[in-house]
Amino acid sequence: MTDLTLIWALILAFAVYTYVVLDGFDLGLGILYPFFPKKKDRDLMMNTVAPVWDGNETWLVLGGGGLFAAFPLAYAIILPALYPPILAMLLALVFRGVAFEFRWRATSRYGQRLWDYAFIGGSVVAAMAQGITLGAVLQGIEVDGRAYAGGWWDWLTWFTLLTGVSVVLGYALLGACWMNWKLEGDIQHRARELARGAAVLTVMGIVFVSAATPFLEQGYFERWLAWPGILEVAIVPVLVGALILGLARSLFMEGRDWLPFLLTLLLFLLCFVGLGISMWPDVVPGAVSLQDAASPRESQIFMLVGALFLIPIILAYTIYAYWVFRGKIDPEEGYH
Amino acid sequence: MDTFLGLEALVLARVQFAFTVAFHFIFPAISIGLASYLAVLNGMYLWTKDEAYLRLWRYWVKIFAIAFAMGVVSGIVMSYQFGTNWSVFSDLTGPVLGPLMAYEVLTAFFLEAGFLGIMLFGRGRVGPTLHMIATAMVAVGTAVSATWILSVNSWMQTPQGFTMNEVGQFVPESWWDVIFNPSFPYRLAHTLTAAYLTTAFIVGGVAAWHLLRGRVANLGVQTMFSMAMWMIAVTAPLQIVIGHEHGLNTLEHQPVKIMAMEGHFESHEDGVPLVLFGWPDQDAGEMHYTIEVPRVGGLILDQGWNGSMAGLDTVAAEDEPPVGIVFFAFRIMVGIGMLMLGIGIWGLIARFTGRLYDSRWLHRAALVMGPSGLVAVIAGWFTTEVGRQPWVVYGQLRTADALSPVGAEAVGASLIAFVVIYFLVFGAGVFYILRLMNHPPEPGETGLRDEAGPVRVAGLNPHQQVQETGGPRPHGGEN
Repeated sequence: MTDLTLIWALILAFAVYTYVVLDGFDLGLGILYPFFPKKKDRDLMMNTVAPVWDGNETWLVLGGGGLFAAFPLAYAIILPALYPPILAMLLALVFRGVAFEFRWRATSRYGQRLWDYAFIGGSVVAAMAQGITLGAVLQGIEVDGRAYAGGWWDWLTWFTLLTGVSVVLGYALLGACWMNWKLEGDIQHRARELARGAAVLTVMGIVFVSAATPFLEQGYFERWLAWPGILEVAIVPVLVGALILGLARSLFMEGRDWLPFLLTLLLFLLCFVGLGISMWPDVVPGAVSLQDAASPRESQIFMLVGALFLIPIILAYTIYAYWVFRGKIDPEEGYH
Repeated sequence: MDTFLGLEALVLARVQFAFTVAFHFIFPAISIGLASYLAVLNGMYLWTKDEAYLRLWRYWVKIFAIAFAMGVVSGIVMSYQFGTNWSVFSDLTGPVLGPLMAYEVLTAFFLEAGFLGIMLFGRGRVGPTLHMIATAMVAVGTAVSATWILSVNSWMQTPQGFTMNEVGQFVPESWWDVIFNPSFPYRLAHTLTAAYLTTAFIVGGVAAWHLLRGRVANLGVQTMFSMAMWMIAVTAPLQIVIGHEHGLNTLEHQPVKIMAMEGHFESHEDGVPLVLFGWPDQDAGEMHYTIEVPRVGGLILDQGWNGSMAGLDTVAAEDEPPVGIVFFAFRIMVGIGMLMLGIGIWGLIARFTGRLYDSRWLHRAALVMGPSGLVAVIAGWFTTEVGRQPWVVYGQLRTADALSPVGAEAVGASLIAFVVIYFLVFGAGVFYILRLMNHPPEPGETGLRDEAGPVRVAGLNPHQQVQETGGPRPHGGEN
């Protein structure tokens, strides 16, 4: 019983992580749009993700759907508790998603500007809302019986604003590293400069959030700072430090343009592991454990058969799709 | 009880769901049909090497891309709305419905999304066979997605294969029974056929528009019209048969819904009339201004000339659906279905008398009927969903008991946000689609941006790659 629930927690964590890094970099492009005011640059940026963004966003549906299926109680508690940020995220993703198509269909300069703003606003708001959601779950949700029992603005605290801003910065870093990888010439150069700035700010975000987390709840404090457990968990911040050094180095080196992107993915992975250490074994921290929220065994088994068979296939054709559109996009060759 | 503009959270949440699902449903209805149409066009082009098919593919792929994007973003909203507004429903049905939706994501959404990029932008990069496979995968994905979500919806209409646990959750007992619940095959066939029919009318309407504007020199337009009229001639009568079978299934499993659809407030002992029109008065429990045909209702519902049927007078008031909405929505759907059949027959006659491309009245009718499928689809959706009320899981869980612990202000404010933003965003999308449709397919029709200009890929340009993989030479100036 425990094992199945654990497997589902891992599958879900995998889906959410994959979503965060994949949609993270394409949301990051929207966040970086204001730094690239020229239409030609913006066209290029969008073209680097146009063939893959839809697949990236599908991981969000798997994350939500997977939570509904594997931990329905958690889904039923977390979503009403985060009503405003989740609504904001959904509506922001509406704007951003259609901007991919509408931007090319608008014939007037004004229309194109409008969809550029939709793309920027949608990306920033979606990223911010996701960060707030993360922070709100981490800071705890008031539960009574099988339902959310708090107010409508409980999610809004300085901590959730901090996690919100940190996620926006982190996505900007991912986006800048992606551009550094997929583009060349002037635009790559500017992306690399932006990546350095975003890296500094993201690291600050990680430091602040990590410093604040142990004080949110007694359980977090004990897990991170009590002796002798600290010896085990300290490996995470040590690895984060090493990765940050590597990332800094890679952002100042020429060549190996894929390296900063890869290192940023690993940095996100470590943050994710840290999050898991904080929350384990709860899904709604301090209120509902993974075990309590889990679907009946019949549901878990039925889905597991499909997930273990299908997720590798999905990864295979997703990688294939990325491979088809591999390599740098030449800025001299206009599309439109 | 707190209210927003005098409305309770329950009402607002239902309006919000109805609004967002009705808006969403338009786009999959189009993309299911168009994806298959694109796969057929691509296949025809590869088989016949006739440029007209490629031209049509490039013409419709642009419209498909817009419709698909709108379907995706409005669909993401749906997938989270179960949790925001209907959290008790989510908690209780999650163990049964969650896995079905997870399978939809794993088998359909990823398939569509993964191959969409290759389909839209990859013609110059992967060679014709792989590109054809990608196009087919997108089409398969849309149909598989419909299969799962209709299994979910059908289970809510005709639930089976479950037990209840101690906290009141539905726990699956037999997945076979859950998925293949009694109304599922009928609903799936009815909805998929509706999607194909809807698309056929849109394609036919666009072709008719260009034929009326005298754009006959363009061979693509005639091909488009001919293909659409074939599709209508086949699917319109088929849909009426399927719809009839679906109705009989509903009579067996959800008789109250049929009572509302047919406007039977009273029970009939000897012969069931067919109510053609009337004005339902639910409070008084009777129809006003009724026009009816004696005994034919019983014949249609397989009850025979002297058949009997219970009416809403046998149902407790708190178990009655809102009769007016169901009654009229059903009539709109059936009425459009009959008109569609008329167009199908007319098209066949025009074809066999050699007037398919000359009959201006047929073209005008096809143009007017262009968007009719969308209206019918939404009317049908209202018939089946409102007809299920007051239950969200028929006979098991009341809609009123499924609501989140939400305040009316929160639901009301978000409803207003949805209405404003959907009209703005999707209004723009419809505008762009109509503008694309207003131009006929051109001899030098370009596809999406990739096909307009080459992209260098890691030292290998698409032209070389296509030639190296044995594909056809790129067409002049287009790749």
